[in-house]
Amino acid sequence: MNTINEAIQKRILVLDGAMGTMLQRYKFTEADFRGERFNNYPSPLQGNNDLLSLTQPKAIADIHRKYFEAGADIVETNTFSGTTIAMADYGMEDLVYELNYESAKIAKQVADEFTKQNPDRPRFVAGSIGPTNRTASLSPDVNRPEYRAITFKELRIAYKQQVEALLDGGVDVLLVETIFDTLNAKAALFAIEEVKEERNITIPIMVSGTITDASGRTLSGQTVEAFLASVSHIPLLSVGFNCALGAEQLQPYLKRLAHETEFYTSAHPNAGLPNAFGEYEESAEEMQGYIESYLKDNLINIIGGCCGTNPDHIKAIAEVAAKYKPRQIPVQAGTS
Amino acid sequence: MSKENKYLTLSGLEPLIVTPETNFINIGERTNVTGSRKFLRLIKEEKFEEALEVARHQVEGGAQIIDVNMDEGMLDGLEAMTIFLNLIASEPDIARVPLMIDSSKWEIIEAGLQVAQGKCIVNSISLKEGETEFKRQAKLVKRYGAAVVVMAFDEVGQADNYQKRIDICKRSYDILVNDVGFAPQDIIFDPNIFPVATGMDEHRKNALDFFNATKWIRENLPYANVSGGVSNVSFSFRGNNTVREAMHSSFLYHAIKNGMNLGIVNPALLEIYDEINPDLLKCVEDVLFDKRDDATDRLLEYAETVKDNKKEQIETVQEWRSEPLQSRITHALVKGIDAFILEDVEEARLAASRPIEVIEINLMIGMNVVGDLFGSGKMFLPQVVKSARVMKKAVAYLQPFIEAEKDGKQAFSGKILMATVKGDVHDIGKNIVSVVLGCNNYEIIDLGVMVPPEKIIEIAKKEQVDIIGLSGLITPSLDEMVYVSKEMEKQNFKIPLIIGGATTSKAHTSVKIAPHYNDTVVHINDASRAVTVVGNLLKKDSQVFKGEIRAEYNKFREQFLNRTKQKEFRTLEDARARKFQIDWTTSEIVKPRQLGIQAIQDFDITKLESFIDWSPFFRSWDLHGKYPEILKDKIVGEQATELFADAKELLKKVIDQKLLKAKAIFGIFPANTINHDDIEVSSVRLSAVEDNEETYKFLTLRQQLKKRDGIPNHALADFIAPKETGIQDYIGAFCVSTGFGTAALAKQFEADNDDYNSIMIKALADRLAEAFAEYLHKEVRTKHWAYAASETLTNQDLIKEEYKGIRPAPGYPACPDHLEKITIWKLLDVEKEIGVTLTESLAMWPAASVSGYYFGNKEARYFGLGKIKEDQLLDYAKRRRINKEEAEKWLSPNLVSSLGFNT
Repeated sequence: MNTINEAIQKRILVLDGAMGTMLQRYKFTEADFRGERFNNYPSPLQGNNDLLSLTQPKAIADIHRKYFEAGADIVETNTFSGTTIAMADYGMEDLVYELNYESAKIAKQVADEFTKQNPDRPRFVAGSIGPTNRTASLSPDVNRPEYRAITFKELRIAYKQQVEALLDGGVDVLLVETIFDTLNAKAALFAIEEVKEERNITIPIMVSGTITDASGRTLSGQTVEAFLASVSHIPLLSVGFNCALGAEQLQPYLKRLAHETEFYTSAHPNAGLPNAFGEYEESAEEMQGYIESYLKDNLINIIGGCCGTNPDHIKAIAEVAAKYKPRQIPVQAGTS
Repeated sequence: MSKENKYLTLSGLEPLIVTPETNFINIGERTNVTGSRKFLRLIKEEKFEEALEVARHQVEGGAQIIDVNMDEGMLDGLEAMTIFLNLIASEPDIARVPLMIDSSKWEIIEAGLQVAQGKCIVNSISLKEGETEFKRQAKLVKRYGAAVVVMAFDEVGQADNYQKRIDICKRSYDILVNDVGFAPQDIIFDPNIFPVATGMDEHRKNALDFFNATKWIRENLPYANVSGGVSNVSFSFRGNNTVREAMHSSFLYHAIKNGMNLGIVNPALLEIYDEINPDLLKCVEDVLFDKRDDATDRLLEYAETVKDNKKEQIETVQEWRSEPLQSRITHALVKGIDAFILEDVEEARLAASRPIEVIEINLMIGMNVVGDLFGSGKMFLPQVVKSARVMKKAVAYLQPFIEAEKDGKQAFSGKILMATVKGDVHDIGKNIVSVVLGCNNYEIIDLGVMVPPEKIIEIAKKEQVDIIGLSGLITPSLDEMVYVSKEMEKQNFKIPLIIGGATTSKAHTSVKIAPHYNDTVVHINDASRAVTVVGNLLKKDSQVFKGEIRAEYNKFREQFLNRTKQKEFRTLEDARARKFQIDWTTSEIVKPRQLGIQAIQDFDITKLESFIDWSPFFRSWDLHGKYPEILKDKIVGEQATELFADAKELLKKVIDQKLLKAKAIFGIFPANTINHDDIEVSSVRLSAVEDNEETYKFLTLRQQLKKRDGIPNHALADFIAPKETGIQDYIGAFCVSTGFGTAALAKQFEADNDDYNSIMIKALADRLAEAFAEYLHKEVRTKHWAYAASETLTNQDLIKEEYKGIRPAPGYPACPDHLEKITIWKLLDVEKEIGVTLTESLAMWPAASVSGYYFGNKEARYFGLGKIKEDQLLDYAKRRRINKEEAEKWLSPNLVSSLGFNT
């Protein structure tokens, strides 16, 4: 049973924070990443966070649990790199289905625990679908602008496999996130539509783009409004932004997005901008302040954190989100 | 979540929302291979950079969407679409607008959708193939996230009346919205714009039905849009842009009023609605709305009256003719209009106290404006030459009145002698410079072509000229110029010497000429600089300028001499050891179908038109750029277009009235290479009474520059099988000329004070000669020698020299030795058979001639000889049976020792 559509009308939903940031605390070694099962795997595996769903499932479940405890309504599966394309770095294309399926199950199990404790406030699992490490509309070779390292078709096939596994594992919603190239996202949406049709199901979809810098554009060059036009052809639960920017820097783009779209909106910004060492320093209180500004502006329906955020941030965000009403969808989007 | 208004929202890198306020969205259509031959050619030739320029140009020109179409039989449309859209993606200034992916093939549309991140428009789908296919495609379009153009077309055919239009659109809409779940605002109907005024009764309501169907769609199919290709409507008036523009404008006006909100319109073919002549507008709208039975006839009648008039001209003529006298004279000079100049000059003469004042005041004021505009780059050479034509006509008219007066004489700013040196016949550049200087009030004494040095000296003295200008195109002319400069020094001349022409250079001038002459020597290679330099040279205090020139040339000479010493060369023996190797055991040698010589006495010039390479034609007028792109060039495009139209007009005249005669002679002979670098040729003479085979020898020269290992030192002889292989090989030779009649025509134009056409006819004849050479080469390749019998190449391929085999010409980089022409002349008996002669410098006369050899081996290629060393010079002199000094004279530009100059 899926009631996220009901929940989102009642309140601002809180998404979890970073998975990677939490995993760093465990200081897993190469051996930990391998576990018993991949003891003899030919390539190095340290850094393959998605693999930890198989080799360190307890840690993954614990992290989900901490976020739910902090006040999250939705946790993301540990599947950001769960495609054959991204897993090719580790030679683990064959494990893609299992990784997604198990990750979904772990998250779903924890969510169900919390829902059981408090049935009035059901908790949800979003299947995280990352951008892969290839771009379909940019050439990696400046001397060959017509060249592409990946095609739409290859992306579509890879995404389809991930989507099927996530659905089989029981996710409540699919989250196509950290979109720096809209064409990649369109391939993911195409794959989702195929699966929906084949299985004759509906499933809520969240789409979250990434504005890379102060230019206000995606890495592939689209403005907020152009990005929105490119992903609005199928019904979405929400559209939003995540990563690259902190909550403060993201606000103007979120404003433009919220003004234009008739879908619900989401944001899961980073904990500020990284310092010289690549660390995120923005405190939970600071971030809470910026997020409160979103809420005052009526910009948000789903709010969470990306890189550098932890359960403290989510707790602060959940506290402030509870005080505000969710964003009302504009009656006449599309006029400007 | 429904909203009151749903608008078509598209995106590239930026969004485009089609709202009532956007009124009309213009779709650019130049990136469409079915609509633009230029774009097709660029794609075929994989000139993607230039193809992107077409796209960029459209976006800069205001296209809000660009339509990309790659439907052409010879193209891999799927690949072309993918590559081109990928390239667009890396050009933010193009990619900012949404794309319209246009194809009649579904797989090409799909390929386009798979590489576009923005929200595109698919153009198009329809019920033509039935509902099932329609639904399938629509569903995919939706899944790819695109909007769609739906043609009013069903299983039966294209909707050609009002009822069918609305029926098919309604049926399509219902399927899309209800069955497929397509967003209604993403539907764009194209209810078919068809031609009107075709003379067929069934076409009379084409426009009206479109308007009404558009209105009905916008009122009855919520949120749907309407689009169309406007230029179709005026199809029957092709060639009459006045009428077409009015039709487009009026059609668009009414279509938009009825609800068409997107469309393809060529902005260049659009009149401003309010500025359409009211009579014309009435005729047009009677047709569009089918208001009267004779509407088409009336429009046709009106069209006749505007057929040959460029309407702008009519309007502006009336305007400038009512201005004061001086403005009119200036206008006529600046615009190069000679229609009214005589009456204006006469009016000025009557008002002036002396006829000379009309030149010194009225005409000079105008010419100063021309000079300023030219100097500041706002006018171009062809315009200036046209101005000169007007000026000359005016002066010629005034001359008798001036002479009738006592001591009536024009005051010139200086007297300049111009000549093409002995042995050379090329004078286009010289004539242009003369005309431009003439425009700037210099008196020009033009001695013409092939002027001996004695005559130059004599006339210069007698006329007391202020400057001497020498011109030449072929390399031996360089020596002639040196000779003239030495003579001038001997005779104690104290006037500046100007050097110009295609083979001349600042290097040659500074190193070889300037040291021999004590007054100023300047090299000038474009007409616009000539005016400034001459002006500075004839100023009262010109000493500073002259000193600067001298210093500049001294410095340049030093640098040049230092630089040329750095290259390394091989010995001739060594170079021969590194000759270009062809494996003669496997190399394909085709025996010619016809050996021996053939002459063509009166060739039909019409056949040459399509072989013309126009780019050099524009270059000869100082308009730089490639044809045909040059016609659209931002800076010189307008001028180039005008010049091109004038050239075409003259060419038509030449063809229609058979003003030029084209002749050719060519032969193919058994040949083998002997002694490394010589080619032995056995001939069968055209006029041979009996079987008297003679043997000739072509002497080729070998590159001696030291190159990287593995890079051969070429000589043309390398492309012919050596005798010792025992394999019989072949060579061809040819001479073509289109210059018969050029000189007489040019004279005629000059007598008419029409320098513009005098220069034009020579430039055209040159192009025709090159075209003839190209044509003949093709005939030889495919028919006479027939080593490439199945060749299919376009004119562009020919210009790019993509064919097999080469046709190098003596005097050009692969064989700079002009003496080879003598051998060709003897071998083919050129002079006797077709009347092309050689001057003492071995220039061909008439000037518009081309001669050379044919090499048929597929490994044969063009190369530049570069510099050769003394050992080859001596070897060559021995082979040529001339002494070293004479060999030096002919090969001087290529000698390392003499620091020669090659082009």
